[in-house]
Amino acid sequence: MKLNRRGFLGATAGAAAAASLSAPMVHAAGHGKPKVVVIGGGAGGATAARYIAKDSKGEIEVTLVEPTRTYYTCFFSNLYMAGFRDLGSIAHSYGTLAAEYGINVVHDWATGIDREAKTVTLAGGATLNYDRLILSPGIDFVDGAVEGWDISAQNKMPHAYKAGSQSELLKAQIEAMPEGGTFAMVAPPNPFRCPPGPYERISMVAHILKEKNPTAKILIADPKEKFSKMALFQEGWGNHYDGMIDWVGADFGGGNVSVNPHDMTLTIDGDVNKVDVCNVIPAMKAGKICDMAGITEGNWAPVIAHTMQSKVDENIHVLGDASNQGDMPKSGFAANSQAKVAAMAVRSALTGSKLFPAKFTNTCWSLIDTNDGVKVGASYEATDEKIAKVDGFISKTGEDAELRQATFEESVGWYAGITSDMFG
Amino acid sequence: MEKIRKTLVAGLVAATTASTASANEFGDAEAGLKIFNECKACHSVGTGAKNRVGPQLNGIFGRRAGAVDGFKYSKGLARMGKDGLLWDFDKLDRYVQNPKAFASDTRMNYKGLKDEAKRADLLAFLRQYSDNPQNIPEAAPTITGTDHSVDPTILAIQGDPEYGEYLSSECTTCHQLTGDNDGIPGIIGWPAEDFVIAMHAYKDKFRPHPVMQMMSARLSNDEIAALAAYFEAVE
Repeated sequence: MKLNRRGFLGATAGAAAAASLSAPMVHAAGHGKPKVVVIGGGAGGATAARYIAKDSKGEIEVTLVEPTRTYYTCFFSNLYMAGFRDLGSIAHSYGTLAAEYGINVVHDWATGIDREAKTVTLAGGATLNYDRLILSPGIDFVDGAVEGWDISAQNKMPHAYKAGSQSELLKAQIEAMPEGGTFAMVAPPNPFRCPPGPYERISMVAHILKEKNPTAKILIADPKEKFSKMALFQEGWGNHYDGMIDWVGADFGGGNVSVNPHDMTLTIDGDVNKVDVCNVIPAMKAGKICDMAGITEGNWAPVIAHTMQSKVDENIHVLGDASNQGDMPKSGFAANSQAKVAAMAVRSALTGSKLFPAKFTNTCWSLIDTNDGVKVGASYEATDEKIAKVDGFISKTGEDAELRQATFEESVGWYAGITSDMFG
Repeated sequence: MEKIRKTLVAGLVAATTASTASANEFGDAEAGLKIFNECKACHSVGTGAKNRVGPQLNGIFGRRAGAVDGFKYSKGLARMGKDGLLWDFDKLDRYVQNPKAFASDTRMNYKGLKDEAKRADLLAFLRQYSDNPQNIPEAAPTITGTDHSVDPTILAIQGDPEYGEYLSSECTTCHQLTGDNDGIPGIIGWPAEDFVIAMHAYKDKFRPHPVMQMMSARLSNDEIAALAAYFEAVE
């Protein structure tokens, strides 16, 4: 399927370019200021657009293509599910990027990329020219990854791994669970967006069930043998939610699952479980625009660590979850960090500004229960092969309550920091 | 409680005396008493000690930073306590040597005591008023020759603010450019020298926060200077 589509695009690049002539042109081609088009307005794309616009001081024309007018951050969406945040507090608009940074914000879907003509086609019919293209589309799900589940089942069995209406739906389902009912999760295989995310979600679901439905159970089918911050989560689950959570890892058949959305059953290694809520988080791949651009290898788009340029096309930079860059986890913090490196590289290429050495950082905070925050993080540098981890740290088991509270408060500060770094 | 403390102190003094035969292992408490006269304007220690301009110092060894009830600490010291800093010989030694290297906003208006032997005397004196002294070198001092204040040549480096601006994008993911102080301290408009001292204190793993230790560890002296120059100028 993917190969066919790529072949199709390659074979008809000329035809696509010709077709684009009849579509309305947003920009005149070929002269004036250099043009950057950014596809995807999340932690990678919004940050890159903002930094390029800000630091080029008007020398570069920046267009940001993002289908949604309101962006809900995936980070802190688990806290929303537990009632620690309201939905409005994780919602952001693009008004400041347009008004204060002069970014041309286009709410549309990118449906095609012609790498030879350097144009992007939008679902609305418009065509955008670029000198550099930045792709930060996040993730899509791998078709057929969980037997019995596809995107048409996402209302019965939500993934809630793109925040917004899916988060609202899952929260509503949890709150409507019958007394003593079962919440199930199908966890994804590596690599996937936000490695501690499913387990923070389990913690938040447990928090709300403990309050409203204390005899309810949580069942996790996991194709992995271990997961991010495992010791910290397991300790926390024991401390706060003893006896409520049953985690079935790969050793016990956690990878051998199928679901039936009609009957609300989850079958783990032949064992049929009737469940009340089933949160299916399937295997992931780069947002499909990367496939359409023909820059993926396997499920992800490989990049050069020093600049985040695609290894297939030097005029395209790929950020965040969609990229295959090396050692960094797929996180909002990582995408934001990569965006700044890419922004500097793009400015340098288009306006000759200074190119400094690439540095990357990541920190992921997770909340286990009220004021019980933990974190993991690392610093990275670019090598010719990949983004390579230099140094790291992780919260320790047995930390006292005061430190855990400080860690949680720090995550709240970080949220304010990164969202203003993204959206201005 | 009071009784137990006294007994312990007595025991300690005895131990100290026993080993004093081999002389100045970690300072002379009597000489320390005289040095403490400089501190007395703000601090009290011993029976009936109360918080004054500074917190009372009974039980300082092994105590968490910023933890005396009823004393209003600077945000920096309070945060360090939350981050898990316990006062031990080494930490107190560094704090007394250069309070600002420890907590940039400390209210302790003291220039620092450069003389290592005098610091050891002072801490030997204070140590008598702690129940549970921790991490006190029992053999020869381990702190000889380690100068924890920032080398003047490092402080003199002129930073490149343009490079600082690029590097700062790593900081602003957490530290907001508005200067807001919301779980994570604001760092806008800091005097460059305070910034450099603070970053080197993290680099030496002397300030406790793991993220900051990691971030500072890979910054060169020039890069720290560049950041300091940039953040000083941001409004």
